[in-house]
Amino acid sequence: MRNLIDIKDLTVEEIDELITVAKDVMQSPEKYAEKCKHKTLATLFFEPSTRTRLSFEAAMLELGGNVLGFSEAASSSTAKGESVSDTIKVVGGYSNIIAMRHPKEGAPLVASLKSDVPIINAGDGGHNHPTQTLTDLLTISCEKGRLDNLTIGLCGDLKFGRTVHSLITAMVRYSNIKFVLISPEELKIPEYIKEEILEKNHIEYIETSDIEEHMDKLDILYMTRVQKERFFNEEDYVRLKDYYILNKSKLEKAKSDLAILHPLPRVNEIATEVDDDPRACYFKQARYGKFIRMALILKLLEIK
Amino acid sequence: MNIDSIRNGIVIDHIQAKKGMEIYHALNLGELDCSVAIITNAKSKKMGRKDIIKIDKSIDLDMDILGYIDPNITINIIKNDERTEKYHVELPKEIVNIIKCKNPRCITSTENELQQIFVLTDKEKKAYRCKYCETLKED
Repeated sequence: MRNLIDIKDLTVEEIDELITVAKDVMQSPEKYAEKCKHKTLATLFFEPSTRTRLSFEAAMLELGGNVLGFSEAASSSTAKGESVSDTIKVVGGYSNIIAMRHPKEGAPLVASLKSDVPIINAGDGGHNHPTQTLTDLLTISCEKGRLDNLTIGLCGDLKFGRTVHSLITAMVRYSNIKFVLISPEELKIPEYIKEEILEKNHIEYIETSDIEEHMDKLDILYMTRVQKERFFNEEDYVRLKDYYILNKSKLEKAKSDLAILHPLPRVNEIATEVDDDPRACYFKQARYGKFIRMALILKLLEIK
Repeated sequence: MNIDSIRNGIVIDHIQAKKGMEIYHALNLGELDCSVAIITNAKSKKMGRKDIIKIDKSIDLDMDILGYIDPNITINIIKNDERTEKYHVELPKEIVNIIKCKNPRCITSTENELQQIFVLTDKEKKAYRCKYCETLKED
Protein backbone atom coordinates (compact mmCIF):
# COMPACT_ATOMS: atom_id res chain seq x y z
CA MET A 1 0.00 0.00 0.00
CA ARG A 2 1.34 3.40 -1.00
CA ASN A 3 0.92 6.80 0.65
CA LEU A 4 1.92 10.27 -0.49
CA ILE A 5 3.42 12.17 2.43
CA ASP A 6 6.34 13.95 0.77
CA ILE A 7 6.95 14.70 -2.92
CA LYS A 8 10.19 12.68 -2.57
CA ASP A 9 8.03 9.57 -2.04
CA LEU A 10 7.50 9.58 -5.81
CA THR A 11 10.20 8.84 -8.38
CA VAL A 12 10.57 11.02 -11.48
CA GLU A 13 9.08 8.13 -13.50
CA GLU A 14 6.05 7.95 -11.21
CA ILE A 15 5.52 11.71 -11.50
CA ASP A 16 5.73 11.44 -15.30
CA GLU A 17 3.19 8.62 -15.16
CA LEU A 18 0.80 10.76 -13.03
CA ILE A 19 1.17 13.68 -15.44
CA THR A 20 0.41 11.39 -18.41
CA VAL A 21 -2.74 10.04 -16.70
CA ALA A 22 -3.85 13.57 -15.68
CA LYS A 23 -3.50 14.76 -19.29
CA ASP A 24 -5.50 11.76 -20.47
CA VAL A 25 -8.23 12.55 -17.92
CA MET A 26 -8.37 16.10 -19.29
CA GLN A 27 -8.67 14.80 -22.83
CA SER A 28 -11.14 11.96 -22.25
CA PRO A 29 -12.93 12.51 -18.89
CA GLU A 30 -15.70 10.05 -19.82
CA LYS A 31 -13.21 7.16 -19.72
CA TYR A 32 -12.66 7.85 -16.03
CA ALA A 33 -16.23 8.68 -14.95
CA GLU A 34 -16.81 5.35 -13.16
CA LYS A 35 -13.30 4.26 -12.26
CA CYS A 36 -13.87 4.80 -8.52
CA LYS A 37 -17.46 3.61 -8.32
CA HIS A 38 -18.17 2.25 -4.82
CA LYS A 39 -14.95 3.77 -3.49
CA THR A 40 -14.94 6.48 -0.83
CA LEU A 41 -12.48 9.28 -0.20
CA ALA A 42 -12.39 10.76 3.30
CA THR A 43 -11.19 14.36 3.47
CA LEU A 44 -9.99 15.01 7.01
CA PHE A 45 -9.23 18.72 7.25
CA PHE A 46 -8.11 19.58 10.76
CA GLU A 47 -7.30 23.05 9.39
CA PRO A 48 -9.52 25.04 7.01
CA SER A 49 -8.82 25.08 3.27
CA THR A 50 -11.04 25.83 0.34
CA ARG A 51 -9.37 24.82 -2.87
CA THR A 52 -7.40 21.82 -1.73
CA ARG A 53 -10.38 20.14 -0.06
CA LEU A 54 -12.80 20.99 -2.87
CA SER A 55 -10.37 19.85 -5.55
CA PHE A 56 -9.93 16.50 -3.77
CA GLU A 57 -13.68 16.11 -3.48
CA ALA A 58 -14.27 17.19 -7.10
CA ALA A 59 -11.57 14.73 -8.20
CA MET A 60 -13.22 11.79 -6.42
CA LEU A 61 -16.72 12.75 -7.57
CA GLU A 62 -15.55 12.96 -11.20
CA LEU A 63 -14.10 9.47 -10.83
CA GLY A 64 -17.56 8.26 -9.82
CA GLY A 65 -16.64 7.80 -6.15
CA ASN A 66 -18.08 9.12 -2.89
CA VAL A 67 -16.70 11.59 -0.40
CA LEU A 68 -17.09 12.14 3.32
CA GLY A 69 -15.16 14.06 5.94
CA PHE A 70 -14.90 17.21 7.98
CA SER A 71 -13.47 20.64 7.25
CA GLU A 72 -12.27 21.83 10.65
CA ALA A 73 -10.93 20.21 13.79
CA ALA A 74 -13.78 21.64 15.88
CA SER A 75 -16.26 19.32 14.12
CA SER A 76 -14.15 16.19 14.70
CA SER A 77 -13.29 14.15 17.78
CA THR A 78 -9.93 15.94 17.93
CA ALA A 79 -11.81 18.64 19.79
CA LYS A 80 -12.48 15.96 22.45
CA GLY A 81 -8.78 15.07 22.59
CA GLU A 82 -8.66 12.10 20.20
CA SER A 83 -5.21 11.33 18.77
CA VAL A 84 -4.45 11.39 15.04
CA SER A 85 -3.74 7.65 15.14
CA ASP A 86 -7.15 6.83 16.64
CA THR A 87 -9.04 9.11 14.22
CA ILE A 88 -7.29 7.46 11.28
CA LYS A 89 -8.00 3.92 12.46
CA VAL A 90 -11.68 4.76 12.76
CA VAL A 91 -12.02 6.65 9.48
CA GLY A 92 -10.09 3.89 7.65
CA GLY A 93 -13.08 1.68 8.41
CA TYR A 94 -15.40 4.02 6.50
CA SER A 95 -13.25 4.89 3.49
CA ASN A 96 -10.83 3.50 0.91
CA ILE A 97 -8.43 6.44 0.85
CA ILE A 98 -7.83 9.49 3.07
CA ALA A 99 -6.70 13.02 2.20
CA MET A 100 -5.60 14.78 5.35
CA ARG A 101 -4.63 18.35 6.25
CA HIS A 102 -3.32 19.04 9.72
CA PRO A 103 -1.71 22.10 11.34
CA LYS A 104 0.92 19.95 13.07
CA GLU A 105 3.97 19.05 11.00
CA GLY A 106 4.40 15.30 10.55
CA ALA A 107 0.77 14.43 11.41
CA PRO A 108 0.13 12.75 8.01
CA LEU A 109 3.25 10.62 8.48
CA VAL A 110 1.92 9.49 11.87
CA ALA A 111 -1.41 8.72 10.19
CA SER A 112 0.27 6.68 7.45
CA LEU A 113 2.08 4.54 10.02
CA LYS A 114 -1.25 3.54 11.59
CA SER A 115 -3.58 3.49 8.61
CA ASP A 116 -5.02 0.52 6.76
CA VAL A 117 -5.85 2.69 3.73
CA PRO A 118 -3.62 5.04 1.67
CA ILE A 119 -2.99 8.48 3.17
CA ILE A 120 -2.46 11.61 1.08
CA ASN A 121 -0.85 14.57 2.81
CA ALA A 122 -2.99 17.57 1.86
CA GLY A 123 -0.71 19.95 3.79
CA ASP A 124 0.89 19.73 7.24
CA GLY A 125 1.61 23.18 8.68
CA GLY A 126 4.57 24.84 7.02
CA HIS A 127 6.11 21.46 6.17
CA ASN A 128 4.88 19.58 3.08
CA HIS A 129 2.12 19.92 0.51
CA PRO A 130 2.96 17.35 -2.16
CA THR A 131 -0.28 17.56 -4.16
CA GLN A 132 0.34 21.30 -4.65
CA THR A 133 3.75 20.38 -6.04
CA LEU A 134 2.18 17.79 -8.36
CA THR A 135 -0.26 20.50 -9.47
CA ASP A 136 2.65 22.86 -10.16
CA LEU A 137 4.48 20.18 -12.15
CA LEU A 138 1.40 19.38 -14.26
CA THR A 139 0.90 23.11 -14.89
CA ILE A 140 4.51 23.56 -16.00
CA SER A 141 4.33 20.45 -18.19
CA CYS A 142 1.08 21.61 -19.84
CA GLU A 143 2.06 25.27 -20.25
CA LYS A 144 5.72 24.85 -21.22
CA GLY A 145 5.61 21.36 -22.76
CA ARG A 146 8.59 20.24 -20.67
CA LEU A 147 9.95 19.92 -17.15
CA ASP A 148 13.63 20.38 -18.06
CA ASN A 149 15.66 23.30 -19.47
CA LEU A 150 13.81 25.94 -17.47
CA THR A 151 14.75 29.10 -15.60
CA ILE A 152 12.33 29.43 -12.73
CA GLY A 153 11.81 32.63 -10.75
CA LEU A 154 10.45 32.07 -7.24
CA CYS A 155 9.16 35.26 -5.69
CA GLY A 156 7.87 36.34 -2.27
CA ASP A 157 8.08 34.37 0.93
CA LEU A 158 10.84 31.88 0.24
CA LYS A 159 11.53 31.33 3.95
CA PHE A 160 8.23 29.89 5.15
CA GLY A 161 6.72 29.00 1.76
CA ARG A 162 6.34 25.22 1.80
CA THR A 163 5.18 25.19 -1.84
CA VAL A 164 8.46 26.82 -2.87
CA HIS A 165 10.59 24.33 -0.91
CA SER A 166 8.72 21.34 -2.33
CA LEU A 167 8.83 22.72 -5.88
CA ILE A 168 12.61 23.18 -5.65
CA THR A 169 12.96 19.64 -4.27
CA ALA A 170 10.95 18.26 -7.18
CA MET A 171 12.52 20.34 -9.96
CA VAL A 172 16.18 19.67 -9.14
CA ARG A 173 15.66 16.13 -10.40
CA TYR A 174 15.22 17.41 -13.98
CA SER A 175 18.12 18.54 -16.18
CA ASN A 176 19.27 22.10 -16.76
CA ILE A 177 17.06 23.80 -14.20
CA LYS A 178 18.08 27.25 -12.95
CA PHE A 179 16.47 29.30 -10.20
CA VAL A 180 16.16 33.03 -9.58
CA LEU A 181 15.23 33.43 -5.91
CA ILE A 182 13.47 36.77 -5.39
CA SER A 183 12.66 37.78 -1.82
CA PRO A 184 13.18 40.50 0.77
CA GLU A 185 16.16 39.89 3.05
CA GLU A 186 13.93 38.65 5.91
CA LEU A 187 12.21 36.02 3.78
CA LYS A 188 15.22 34.55 1.97
CA ILE A 189 15.36 30.84 1.22
CA PRO A 190 16.66 28.88 4.26
CA GLU A 191 20.34 27.90 4.23
CA TYR A 192 19.54 24.19 4.41
CA ILE A 193 17.58 24.36 1.14
CA LYS A 194 20.59 25.97 -0.50
CA GLU A 195 23.11 23.57 0.99
CA GLU A 196 21.22 20.29 1.04
CA ILE A 197 19.21 20.64 -2.18
CA LEU A 198 20.53 23.32 -4.57
CA GLU A 199 24.27 23.02 -3.97
CA LYS A 200 24.23 19.26 -3.44
CA ASN A 201 22.60 18.86 -6.88
CA HIS A 202 24.88 21.48 -8.51
CA ILE A 203 21.94 23.71 -9.41
CA GLU A 204 22.65 27.24 -10.63
CA TYR A 205 20.79 29.92 -8.67
CA ILE A 206 20.78 33.66 -8.14
CA GLU A 207 19.40 35.46 -5.09
CA THR A 208 17.99 38.94 -5.51
CA SER A 209 15.48 41.26 -3.91
CA ASP A 210 14.62 42.97 -7.23
CA ILE A 211 11.76 41.31 -9.09
CA GLU A 212 12.60 43.04 -12.41
CA GLU A 213 16.36 42.43 -12.45
CA HIS A 214 16.23 39.00 -14.10
CA MET A 215 12.67 39.08 -15.47
CA ASP A 216 13.88 38.75 -19.09
CA LYS A 217 15.52 35.35 -18.34
CA LEU A 218 12.52 33.63 -16.76
CA ASP A 219 10.47 30.81 -18.28
CA ILE A 220 8.36 30.47 -15.13
CA LEU A 221 7.54 33.09 -12.49
CA TYR A 222 6.14 31.45 -9.35
CA MET A 223 4.59 34.07 -7.07
CA THR A 224 3.76 33.33 -3.44
CA ARG A 225 1.74 35.00 -0.74
CA VAL A 226 3.31 36.22 2.48
CA GLN A 227 1.33 34.07 4.91
CA LYS A 228 0.06 35.84 7.99
CA GLU A 229 -0.24 32.57 9.92
CA ARG A 230 3.54 31.96 9.70
CA PHE A 231 4.41 35.18 11.56
CA PHE A 232 4.55 35.54 15.32
CA ASN A 233 4.88 39.31 14.96
CA GLU A 234 2.07 41.30 13.26
CA GLU A 235 4.41 44.25 12.59
CA ASP A 236 6.76 42.13 10.44
CA TYR A 237 3.83 40.74 8.49
CA VAL A 238 2.41 44.20 7.72
CA ARG A 239 5.83 45.45 6.60
CA LEU A 240 6.49 42.51 4.26
CA LYS A 241 3.09 41.54 2.88
CA ASP A 242 3.05 44.03 0.00
CA TYR A 243 6.78 43.92 -0.76
CA TYR A 244 6.15 42.55 -4.27
CA ILE A 245 3.13 43.39 -6.35
CA LEU A 246 3.38 41.97 -9.84
CA ASN A 247 1.75 44.33 -12.35
CA LYS A 248 1.87 44.94 -16.10
CA SER A 249 4.80 47.33 -15.96
CA LYS A 250 7.00 44.83 -14.07
CA LEU A 251 6.31 42.32 -16.86
CA GLU A 252 7.55 44.64 -19.61
CA LYS A 253 10.85 42.83 -20.11
CA ALA A 254 9.41 39.34 -19.58
CA LYS A 255 9.44 36.67 -22.30
CA SER A 256 6.30 36.38 -24.39
CA ASP A 257 5.92 32.74 -23.34
CA LEU A 258 6.53 33.26 -19.62
CA ALA A 259 4.13 31.26 -17.42
CA ILE A 260 3.03 33.03 -14.22
CA LEU A 261 2.05 30.60 -11.47
CA HIS A 262 0.67 31.11 -7.96
CA PRO A 263 -0.57 28.41 -5.57
CA LEU A 264 -3.44 30.75 -4.51
CA PRO A 265 -5.11 32.27 -2.60
CA ARG A 266 -3.64 35.57 -3.71
CA VAL A 267 -3.92 38.68 -1.59
CA ASN A 268 -2.12 41.65 -3.18
CA GLU A 269 0.96 40.08 -4.73
CA ILE A 270 -0.47 39.93 -8.27
CA ALA A 271 -2.45 42.95 -9.46
CA THR A 272 -5.78 41.96 -11.00
CA GLU A 273 -4.74 43.75 -14.22
CA VAL A 274 -2.39 40.78 -14.84
CA ASP A 275 -5.27 38.28 -14.81
CA ASP A 276 -6.12 38.95 -18.48
CA ASP A 277 -2.52 38.56 -19.62
CA PRO A 278 -2.20 35.29 -21.59
CA ARG A 279 0.88 34.49 -19.48
CA ALA A 280 -1.20 34.37 -16.27
CA CYS A 281 -1.69 30.65 -15.57
CA TYR A 282 -2.74 30.64 -11.90
CA PHE A 283 -6.44 30.01 -12.38
CA LYS A 284 -5.69 27.27 -14.90
CA GLN A 285 -3.22 25.91 -12.34
CA ALA A 286 -6.06 25.53 -9.81
CA ARG A 287 -8.01 23.53 -12.40
CA TYR A 288 -5.01 21.31 -13.15
CA GLY A 289 -5.00 20.52 -9.42
CA LYS A 290 -8.19 18.50 -9.77
CA PHE A 291 -6.83 16.41 -12.67
CA ILE A 292 -3.55 15.52 -10.99
CA ARG A 293 -5.45 14.54 -7.82
CA MET A 294 -7.66 12.27 -9.95
CA ALA A 295 -4.51 10.61 -11.32
CA LEU A 296 -3.09 10.30 -7.80
CA ILE A 297 -6.25 8.73 -6.36
CA LEU A 298 -6.24 6.15 -9.17
CA LYS A 299 -2.58 5.36 -8.57
CA LEU A 300 -2.87 4.94 -4.81
CA LEU A 301 -6.02 2.83 -5.17
CA GLU A 302 -4.17 0.80 -7.83
CA ILE A 303 -6.95 1.32 -10.37
CA LYS A 304 -5.81 1.21 -14.00
CA MET B 1 47.57 6.15 38.17
CA ASN B 2 46.76 2.47 38.00
CA ILE B 3 43.36 0.92 37.63
CA ASP B 4 43.11 -2.82 37.87
CA SER B 5 42.67 -4.57 34.55
CA ILE B 6 39.47 -6.54 34.10
CA ARG B 7 39.19 -10.25 33.58
CA ASN B 8 35.84 -10.40 31.82
CA GLY B 9 34.10 -7.27 30.67
CA ILE B 10 34.19 -4.24 28.39
CA VAL B 11 36.56 -1.32 27.93
CA ILE B 12 35.07 1.71 26.23
CA ASP B 13 38.11 3.54 24.93
CA HIS B 14 38.95 6.71 22.99
CA ILE B 15 36.08 8.67 24.53
CA GLN B 16 36.50 12.38 23.95
CA ALA B 17 37.93 13.87 27.17
CA LYS B 18 35.22 14.95 29.66
CA LYS B 19 32.50 12.91 27.95
CA GLY B 20 32.94 9.84 30.13
CA MET B 21 30.35 10.85 32.70
CA GLU B 22 27.79 11.63 29.99
CA ILE B 23 28.20 8.10 28.67
CA TYR B 24 28.10 6.65 32.18
CA HIS B 25 24.70 8.28 32.74
CA ALA B 26 23.34 7.65 29.23
CA LEU B 27 24.08 3.91 29.52
CA ASN B 28 22.74 3.76 33.10
CA LEU B 29 26.02 2.21 34.26
CA GLY B 30 25.30 3.34 37.80
CA GLU B 31 22.61 0.67 38.00
CA LEU B 32 25.00 -2.23 37.33
CA ASP B 33 25.95 -4.54 40.20
CA CYS B 34 29.62 -4.74 39.15
CA SER B 35 32.65 -2.43 39.34
CA VAL B 36 32.74 0.38 36.83
CA ALA B 37 35.81 2.61 36.50
CA ILE B 38 35.74 5.97 34.78
CA ILE B 39 39.14 7.36 33.93
CA THR B 40 39.06 10.96 32.78
CA ASN B 41 41.76 13.03 31.13
CA ALA B 42 44.03 10.06 30.49
CA LYS B 43 47.00 10.74 28.21
CA SER B 44 46.49 9.56 24.63
CA LYS B 45 48.96 9.56 21.73
CA LYS B 46 46.14 9.89 19.24
CA MET B 47 43.85 12.29 21.06
CA GLY B 48 46.02 14.19 23.53
CA ARG B 49 43.54 13.51 26.34
CA LYS B 50 40.76 10.96 26.51
CA ASP B 51 38.30 9.26 28.84
CA ILE B 52 38.03 5.50 29.35
CA ILE B 53 35.31 3.42 30.99
CA LYS B 54 35.98 -0.10 32.27
CA ILE B 55 33.04 -2.36 33.08
CA ASP B 56 33.82 -5.50 35.05
CA LYS B 57 31.10 -7.57 33.41
CA SER B 58 29.85 -8.47 29.92
CA ILE B 59 26.71 -6.48 29.19
CA ASP B 60 24.73 -5.47 26.11
CA LEU B 61 25.68 -1.90 25.21
CA ASP B 62 23.33 0.46 23.40
CA MET B 63 25.58 1.16 20.43
CA ASP B 64 23.21 3.83 19.06
CA ILE B 65 23.59 5.94 22.19
CA LEU B 66 27.37 5.51 22.15
CA GLY B 67 27.61 6.34 18.44
CA TYR B 68 25.40 9.37 18.87
CA ILE B 69 27.38 10.78 21.84
CA ASP B 70 30.79 10.10 20.35
CA PRO B 71 31.27 8.22 17.05
CA ASN B 72 35.05 7.91 17.60
CA ILE B 73 34.73 5.55 20.55
CA THR B 74 36.24 2.05 20.38
CA ILE B 75 34.84 -0.94 22.25
CA ASN B 76 37.09 -3.72 23.55
CA ILE B 77 35.62 -7.00 24.75
CA ILE B 78 37.76 -8.74 27.35
CA LYS B 79 37.50 -12.48 28.05
CA ASN B 80 39.83 -14.29 30.44
CA ASP B 81 42.20 -11.32 30.53
CA GLU B 82 42.48 -11.27 26.74
CA ARG B 83 41.01 -8.75 24.32
CA THR B 84 38.89 -10.95 22.07
CA GLU B 85 37.13 -8.25 20.05
CA LYS B 86 37.71 -4.61 19.18
CA TYR B 87 35.33 -2.51 17.15
CA HIS B 88 34.38 1.07 16.38
CA VAL B 89 30.98 2.55 16.92
CA GLU B 90 29.23 4.49 14.15
CA LEU B 91 26.79 7.34 13.99
CA PRO B 92 23.41 5.60 14.27
CA LYS B 93 21.06 5.97 11.31
CA GLU B 94 18.20 6.62 13.68
CA ILE B 95 18.03 7.68 17.32
CA VAL B 96 14.93 6.90 19.31
CA ASN B 97 13.81 8.69 22.48
CA ILE B 98 17.21 10.23 23.20
CA ILE B 99 16.49 13.80 22.18
CA LYS B 100 13.20 15.68 21.89
CA CYS B 101 12.01 17.73 18.91
CA LYS B 102 11.92 21.42 19.80
CA ASN B 103 9.67 22.53 16.95
CA PRO B 104 6.43 23.72 18.61
CA ARG B 105 4.57 22.92 15.37
CA CYS B 106 5.73 19.27 15.33
CA ILE B 107 3.08 16.58 15.89
CA THR B 108 5.24 15.16 18.72
CA SER B 109 4.57 18.37 20.69
CA THR B 110 0.93 17.42 21.15
CA GLU B 111 0.80 13.62 20.81
CA ASN B 112 2.92 12.52 23.73
CA GLU B 113 2.73 8.78 23.08
CA LEU B 114 4.76 9.14 19.87
CA GLN B 115 8.38 8.04 19.96
CA GLN B 116 10.89 10.85 19.42
CA ILE B 117 12.75 9.67 16.34
CA PHE B 118 15.63 11.52 14.69
CA VAL B 119 17.11 10.36 11.39
CA LEU B 120 20.71 10.90 10.22
CA THR B 121 20.53 13.05 7.07
CA ASP B 122 24.15 14.18 6.67
CA LYS B 123 26.90 11.96 8.04
CA GLU B 124 29.70 14.50 7.54
CA LYS B 125 27.86 17.24 9.40
CA LYS B 126 26.40 14.83 11.97
CA ALA B 127 23.01 16.26 11.03
CA TYR B 128 19.90 14.63 12.46
CA ARG B 129 16.38 15.66 11.53
CA CYS B 130 13.10 14.87 13.26
CA LYS B 131 11.43 11.99 11.39
CA TYR B 132 8.06 13.77 11.51
CA CYS B 133 8.69 17.47 10.85
CA GLU B 134 12.31 17.30 9.56
CA THR B 135 13.49 19.98 11.97
CA LEU B 136 17.25 19.89 12.42
CA LYS B 137 18.52 18.82 15.82
CA GLU B 138 20.15 21.74 17.57
CA ASP B 139 23.57 21.27 19.13
